[in-house]
Amino acid sequence: MTTYAYVVAAWLFAIGLFGIVTSKNLVHMCLCLTVVQASTYLLLTGVGYRPGGTAPIFVNLPAGAPIVDPVVQALMLTDIVVETTVVALMLALTVQIHKKTGNCDPNATTALQG
Amino acid sequence: MFLWPPLPVVLPLFTAAFVAAAGPYLPRKLVDAITLGTAAAVMAVCCLLTLQSSGSAIVYWFGAWVPYGHFPIGVAFVIDPMGAGMAAFVAFLVMAAFTFSWQYFDDVRTLYHSLMLIFLAAMCGMCLTGDIFNMFVWFELMSAAGVALCGYHADETGPLQGAINFSVMNTLGAFLSLSGVAMLYSRTGALNFAGIEVALQRQEHLGVFLPIVFIFVIAGFLVKSAAFPFHFWLDDAHAVAPTPVCILFSGVMVELGLFAAARVYYSVFAIALLPWLPALRTLFLAVGATSAIVGGLMAFGQRHLKRLLAFSTISHMGVMILGFALFTSTGLAGTALYVLGHGLVKGALFVGAGILLNRFQSVDEFALQNVGRQMPKTAIIFILGAVGLAGMPPFATYFGEAAIEHSGTQAGLPWISIVIMLSGFLTAGAVLRVAGRVFFGWGEKPTGESRAPRIDLKREMQGQKSKTPPTMWLPAAVMLIIAIALGWFTPLRQAILRDATWFRNTRGYVAAVLHGSAGGPGQYHVPVPHAMPGMHIGGVWMPDMWREVITLALAALLAAIALFPYAIGRRAGTALRHGAALAMRPLHAIHSGKIGDYVAWFTVGIAALAGYLALRR
Repeated sequence: MTTYAYVVAAWLFAIGLFGIVTSKNLVHMCLCLTVVQASTYLLLTGVGYRPGGTAPIFVNLPAGAPIVDPVVQALMLTDIVVETTVVALMLALTVQIHKKTGNCDPNATTALQG
Repeated sequence: MFLWPPLPVVLPLFTAAFVAAAGPYLPRKLVDAITLGTAAAVMAVCCLLTLQSSGSAIVYWFGAWVPYGHFPIGVAFVIDPMGAGMAAFVAFLVMAAFTFSWQYFDDVRTLYHSLMLIFLAAMCGMCLTGDIFNMFVWFELMSAAGVALCGYHADETGPLQGAINFSVMNTLGAFLSLSGVAMLYSRTGALNFAGIEVALQRQEHLGVFLPIVFIFVIAGFLVKSAAFPFHFWLDDAHAVAPTPVCILFSGVMVELGLFAAARVYYSVFAIALLPWLPALRTLFLAVGATSAIVGGLMAFGQRHLKRLLAFSTISHMGVMILGFALFTSTGLAGTALYVLGHGLVKGALFVGAGILLNRFQSVDEFALQNVGRQMPKTAIIFILGAVGLAGMPPFATYFGEAAIEHSGTQAGLPWISIVIMLSGFLTAGAVLRVAGRVFFGWGEKPTGESRAPRIDLKREMQGQKSKTPPTMWLPAAVMLIIAIALGWFTPLRQAILRDATWFRNTRGYVAAVLHGSAGGPGQYHVPVPHAMPGMHIGGVWMPDMWREVITLALAALLAAIALFPYAIGRRAGTALRHGAALAMRPLHAIHSGKIGDYVAWFTVGIAALAGYLALRR
């Protein structure tokens, strides 16, 4: 179960990278970045998984019952918040670029070369 | 005492929120004063923390979640003189940037002040934190604030493009770092540096897992520190960011990447990775040397002033990486001194570029030819800046270089001196060439084949100013004076050497965090090397300075040849120009400005670093 999650996480990271490298559209590129990000969600929750574990809510839980690791879930939540900020910022920049140049191709604007 | 440690982070964050909310209703002067005052207060607190922590590290557990039976459960700030000193330096440069922007932006809105303060808080957090996930969060906050500041002029294509490249590269690096953090947590169950270190000691049979995780964890920091093949975003971002922001980008943000990598290495991995130490040394020496030379060559090949300075930063980052890569106390102390010297000199140079941009709405070397004849102050900034970049004494850069070179020679790596000389030669040559053309009108007009400037920055400043206000050149003067004064100040050099030695003491760090400085072995019970090279200015007059004199002389010669290529004969000059252009073509080609290429370089670079470490041993 956990191994499978790791394989999927690695796959998501790689395919997201591939998407960014070959991207022809800035919105597409932002979404590829969120795909890479999704791999970190899987990895984090996969790390905290315990076989047979329940959600880490300690109300009405019999003593000694296995629970999944709550720390990594907290990390994942923080990760979501942090990355939402970054992606929102990037999409805002993309909107500006589109306003300015009329297209969203990251390779079209060659203001910064050499 | 117990309220001090979070202040460098809390204070600017609160002020940022206040200014963002109340700023529009306050007069601009008041907002300037509040933000400048906040930066000054942060600097004062950090200086205090530097002094207080010089006895033993200050460990501050947020919410008083102290370790439970020596196992860390809370989030801690672990403050040692190196981290607190770095934070103080950050706050100082933020003050310089605020002073400069006082009369620089006409249309500045208070969001700029808020972003700068958030940027300051994030950088201080990076310096002070003792928790790896906490460091990731500060890192991301720093990137987000940096990206927003970089693309502050959101009505131009250049800044937008630069900000996109900046954010994609740094976010990708951060994701890989986070993956590394998750992998570390899966094996250790800890996020506190000291906690991870202890847990790693207990693990056996980690095999190649360990070096690969190390590369993953520092991937984000390597991107931030603009090590070669991860540096591409930097020159794009610096070329387009507003000038006061460039002071911070070049002066401290990039250096913080290396600081974080060093912090993670020495507080978590140093003992566990001992078998890989020779491989790590080779790896980082190669990365540092390549960055130094590629950055220097590219700097010399630029006519866009800010981009030139950005590439010079990459080159000097290479020198700093070399100092770290020696894995010695003297080398690390040299890097720390170099960070101070370089940050001040480069900040002054960016101020100089900003003054030119302010007066003439251009940062193109050829467009500015001969415009600066009546600007002696700016000319002095540029010339002194070049001298500082070449590492001439008594600039603090000299003492940093001397320590790194000394440590390199002791380690049997004398070629490090040559790389450092090359870096100083190329970057100082480039700045001197610009100074000669702009302030003295030397040099020939470009022929048609030259690369045209593509970046238009004329909107940074509205309305031509006929006179440069003192709030603009004063920060540069102060920074240059301090860069010189720091060199003369012997106790500071000794303190930095001591702090670097402590910084590298993994066992002491762990004991201080988990057992408190009272129990267990204190952090600082390690022998400190007695003296640093170039320490004794009074007795012997700087024995090693012939290297720097040669570097500066060669740089001046290089600038002269670049300005007057036909002085050595028309055919020889033409051949030289064409030869140089041909040699530089592949380098220009890989700096394509396309984010896809950069990400491909990133992937290859990480694979190469991790693969090399996995195969060695």
